[in-house]
Amino acid sequence: MQSAPIKRTYLALENWFNYSFGSWNPLYHLGTLTIFFFWIVLVTGIYLFIFFHGSLDGAYASVERITHEQWYAAGIMRSLHRYASDAAIGCILLHMFREFALDRHHGARWYSWFTGVPLLWMVVTLGITGYWLVWDQLAQYIAIGSAHLMDALPIFFGSMTGNFLEGALSDRFFILIEFLHLLGQPMLLVFALWLHVRRLSNVNIHPPRGLAIGSLAALLALSLAKPAVSHGPADLSTVPQILNLDWFYLNIYPLLDYWSAGQVWMLAFGVTFLLLVLPWVPPRKKGAAAVVDLSHCDGCKQCFDDCPFDAISVQARTDGAPHEHEVVVDPVLCASCGICVGSCHYSNPFRKAETELKTGIDMPQLPAEEMRARTDAAIAELGGEVGIVIFGCEHGFDVTLLNSEDTRGIKLLCSGMLPPSFIDYALRKGADGVMIAGCRHADCYFRFGNRWMEQRLEGARNPILRKRVDRGRIVIQGGAETDRRVVESALARFRQQLSENGGKRREGKIADA
Amino acid sequence: MQTRKRYHIQAVNYLLFMALVGYFSSSPAYRHLEENQAKVVLAFSHFGQHVEPCRRVTPEELAKLPPNMRRPTECTRKRSPVTVELMMDGERLLYKVADPPGLFDDGGVDIYLDAVIPAGEHRFTVRMNDSVRVKGYNYSHEQAVTVVPGQLLFIDFDTDSGFVFK
Repeated sequence: MQSAPIKRTYLALENWFNYSFGSWNPLYHLGTLTIFFFWIVLVTGIYLFIFFHGSLDGAYASVERITHEQWYAAGIMRSLHRYASDAAIGCILLHMFREFALDRHHGARWYSWFTGVPLLWMVVTLGITGYWLVWDQLAQYIAIGSAHLMDALPIFFGSMTGNFLEGALSDRFFILIEFLHLLGQPMLLVFALWLHVRRLSNVNIHPPRGLAIGSLAALLALSLAKPAVSHGPADLSTVPQILNLDWFYLNIYPLLDYWSAGQVWMLAFGVTFLLLVLPWVPPRKKGAAAVVDLSHCDGCKQCFDDCPFDAISVQARTDGAPHEHEVVVDPVLCASCGICVGSCHYSNPFRKAETELKTGIDMPQLPAEEMRARTDAAIAELGGEVGIVIFGCEHGFDVTLLNSEDTRGIKLLCSGMLPPSFIDYALRKGADGVMIAGCRHADCYFRFGNRWMEQRLEGARNPILRKRVDRGRIVIQGGAETDRRVVESALARFRQQLSENGGKRREGKIADA
Repeated sequence: MQTRKRYHIQAVNYLLFMALVGYFSSSPAYRHLEENQAKVVLAFSHFGQHVEPCRRVTPEELAKLPPNMRRPTECTRKRSPVTVELMMDGERLLYKVADPPGLFDDGGVDIYLDAVIPAGEHRFTVRMNDSVRVKGYNYSHEQAVTVVPGQLLFIDFDTDSGFVFK
């Protein structure tokens, strides 16, 4: 687990946005927002390319025309191009911070983190080549800085920096940079992005429409209020003195004034290395992977549909049972969330109590049988006026902290692990109400636990909660570890509601059972 | 009322987003060079001389060679390191000994040295040694230059013209 201060700081920030944005909270959509900003960059970039002249003498002049003569169209496009690129970097950095703060970068999720680190490099270098194209004093400064950096690497012969001395540069330089910025780097970026999300299922690449519109409007307003402009034209016989750096992309260059290029590389490689190994530092034991029991699997494929990490695949039946398919779990990809247990319609606690509860796919660390035993024990311990069982998640608010005379919390691996039939079971066994307290709404640690649970209760996703189950006796209230007040007040409201609707049913239920 | 408040806070968040992106996209300004400073760059590519002098091939030896391989001189591959030094107003400003690259030490060296200097009039002396068979410097050039703030004073070299201040 991450140290509490980092996590708590992040959760407080998230809370701030939750208040005003609700499920549109941009912190929940940082990945999709980044992609949205890249769409803006792509569209504006194509427009700008129409008017851009890629040559030593023409580049600066064409960008000036774009900025000033056609300020109402291409000028705004240029500003949008810059600001959307900057916003993308901001989103990427926040995205990384979030995954780290919430401890979502290790175990089976190392892959997404690991493949995300080179993406940051690619985006930054894409931005840098973009700034070169303007060929103003800033471009001159970063071109020479970049050449210094390249010269320090033992992979190039000759001095690249020497190319940026007066008389040495030619239009071929622009052909190279144009190729990189317009084709080579974006294509590589798309491929790397595909790799980045390869081990995730149901990948969404679009932010909520309202958030997208709001962000675009904000960038547009910024473009009008503060249009992006160039420095003076590049002049290789002078040295730029004052530079308005884009700190999102060009923050490494000033270091070259204080350190050698080798030291700057060491810093960059060192930070990159640390980021790359972060999923394994400190080493942690991976949770046990889900296990398929073919004798209780009819190959319905629901777990395959529900797995957030693409760890389950479907293949032809191998055990001779009269079903078309069976599922297979890849233990390397399995994040040990247990959502598949909640998906399996064999995870039914109403089976005979004297026989072990077997299900088609189970978690060795918390089998369905153990879930049923804990549910039975919790109900047996309930006292007071209105008995409530709370099913919580290991990564959200600790529901056992709410244990009292009339309340018992049961921690699961994820709230999505709970098969809906367990809710029915708890109510019929004597609980007056069932509360499901997973992670914060729209922010499931395992991506889809909250969502799948809501859909199962709504009857929109299998296995559904039976229609006859009184929905008035069920409440879903997500919460992070810092949300005790929120969960407690929801619990108090729920208790009040149950009491008004005739609590005290528990004893009757026990008698029925 | 509650919804209205939420929208207001949302607007504040968007403004904050605009302010952050707008500010850090070009601020704070970075001063790369102080107002009264300039930069001197000593940069050129050059092959050091062969460590051993080239030998003139005798007509008899040439005759034994296939026609396409008949070169009048024969040289060993290894070249000398190149040493350069730039003095400004009697003080050493830049200095480098560049070993020839390549498996056989036979490549040309690329020199790129730079330094920030105060603007004003300076007397520069630039020297180079490119042969282990010569003691001291075998190329030297001295020149007074008035450097203006922000100028990039580029000192180039080629074998024919020697050092050139640009």
